[in-house]
Amino acid sequence: MHQPETTPRDSIWYTYRVFPFRRPAELDGAEGMQPVVVVGAGPIGLVTALNLARFGVPSVVLEAEQQVSHGSRAIVLTRRSMEIIQQAGVAAPFLAKGLPWSDGRSFFRGQEVYRMVLPHDADDRFMPGLNLQQQYIEQYLVEAVQRSPLIELRWGSKVVAVQQHEEHAVLRVDTPQGDYDLRAAWVVAADGGRSAMRRLLGLRMEGRAYAGNFVIADIRADLPMPTQRLCYFDPEWNPGNNVLVHRQPDGIWRLDFRLPEGETAEQALAPALLAERIDRILAMVGHPVPWQLDWATVYSASTLTLGEFVHGRVCFTGDAAHLLPIFGVRGANTGLQDCENLAWKLAFVVRGLAPPALLTTYSTERVAAAREICEEGGKSTRFMTPPSAGFRLMRDAVLSLALEQDFVRDLLHWRTSRPHSYHHSPLNSFLDDDARFGGGPACGATLQNVKLGEDDFLFDHLGSGFHLLAFAGATPSAEQATMLRAVRDQKAPLVRVLVAPQPTAEMAALADVVLADPGGRIAGRYAARPGAAYLARPDLHVCARWLSPGAAQVGQALATACGRAAA
Amino acid sequence: MIPKKLSTAELEAVYDLLSDAIDAVPQDQREVFLAKLALVLANMVGSPGQVAAAVKAAAANLGPRPAD
Repeated sequence: MHQPETTPRDSIWYTYRVFPFRRPAELDGAEGMQPVVVVGAGPIGLVTALNLARFGVPSVVLEAEQQVSHGSRAIVLTRRSMEIIQQAGVAAPFLAKGLPWSDGRSFFRGQEVYRMVLPHDADDRFMPGLNLQQQYIEQYLVEAVQRSPLIELRWGSKVVAVQQHEEHAVLRVDTPQGDYDLRAAWVVAADGGRSAMRRLLGLRMEGRAYAGNFVIADIRADLPMPTQRLCYFDPEWNPGNNVLVHRQPDGIWRLDFRLPEGETAEQALAPALLAERIDRILAMVGHPVPWQLDWATVYSASTLTLGEFVHGRVCFTGDAAHLLPIFGVRGANTGLQDCENLAWKLAFVVRGLAPPALLTTYSTERVAAAREICEEGGKSTRFMTPPSAGFRLMRDAVLSLALEQDFVRDLLHWRTSRPHSYHHSPLNSFLDDDARFGGGPACGATLQNVKLGEDDFLFDHLGSGFHLLAFAGATPSAEQATMLRAVRDQKAPLVRVLVAPQPTAEMAALADVVLADPGGRIAGRYAARPGAAYLARPDLHVCARWLSPGAAQVGQALATACGRAAA
Repeated sequence: MIPKKLSTAELEAVYDLLSDAIDAVPQDQREVFLAKLALVLANMVGSPGQVAAAVKAAAANLGPRPAD
């Protein structure tokens, strides 16, 4: 019998709540088929369930524990992650609590050798980074899940066996009151880096693990420093290694440093040694203030991914699908892009709007992204934790040169997680005018947000489904009006957004959303002349754009993007 | 200041190439390998003055950190 911890976890700043186990009907013999079961109530599993609900698909979420994340773990959300969280309808508490930032500084021998301000476009609503402890991330998502009538979150429910069938899977679920079988047409495995689902299906990841252990320690300390990424190479107290410092809400600071060669996790976490090192780090940042430890752990870097994310009726997502180096905030942020890609496709398949083959493109698009990240993250990792004498010598040479020479400094670039482009996706239209645009987001890229006014952005006006972003002049042309009327009755949900310098009553009848663009700011960002249109998938990636499309072209592009063979 | 001539992508590729090349040489022969490499590159540069500037840049900030 599964016995999850029912005493609230220790923390000096976060009050853990133990969520009750509720006896499900299956334990008393109920049978039935769930359309989707999500395994894991971490950030990725919860956002998957919220997105499925947004597309009208109910789900059951199984979580082995009865409380949120032990320790703060993922603490930086990128702009793209916040856009995903906004689309899921839960951004408000994140913005109220999180600490936004854009500035990173790297030091060597007491001198700043690299400074990078992450680009922030005036048209972006969210800053490049938002620091927030994983406990809060999960808490806000759980609160949203509890408000949704389409999601049933089952705490204290651990998957111990999986059976795959032709058109469903059966999960054996162990609970504090016994175990039961749960049948699901589809299963989303979002159960994290140590995924039980991955183990139960006997799947192996490809790639490499890096030697070298790192300590993460969260302390409460009153440090008078702004929110930014601080990196110290080769500090006097830890020769050859490096230290990262990040600010979190509630006066908590994340310290992250590499252990000297040969030291074990157990030695590094011994209270006396850890305390001595924390004192040295605080002296190094120039503020030797009193502090209190909340949580510490040891990790190592990997660039590992499954070669396929969909196995039978089980779709892997987030850390369950790949293990990426944390340099460049690639864990949760990659996972959020995974599940944004997966949720609409799975919802469309469940609702019969698309064939199951659509899920193959989830695997190909996100495996390609994971491999790109392994490649990029590998570069940062080889700099942060040199895997051999040659890499260590070169790293030391670059740091020494960086004290006086600019030309090497870009090697200290820390390559943050970014939105991936699905430029080669089979869901893109190849009969469109992509190459004829003089700018704007190309096929495969995400839509560009645009500031419309004070606290008012383009993305605030988007809904759930495909979006056709059409641009009109003073009045829509006859062809454009015909197209907008005709595309209304699509099999797939389609939101028609009409952008015009001055909206008219006629326009309101042609579109679901009409946006005033008096200064031509939106049209400018999309390099769009009157008549042009963009088709974006529900995850806001562009899949077709035209200078002047007809309804047939839009319909065909929609069918292609839903994985239905073009007529 | 040495002017930047390699793009960042080229510099990254060179960084990996040199790291792997050093690893491929036995440890007791790495100094002579790096000296030969410097000579070959100097010949390719073809300018004693530029080689002198490179020597000066590489010699700066070696050794133990300055006392605090």
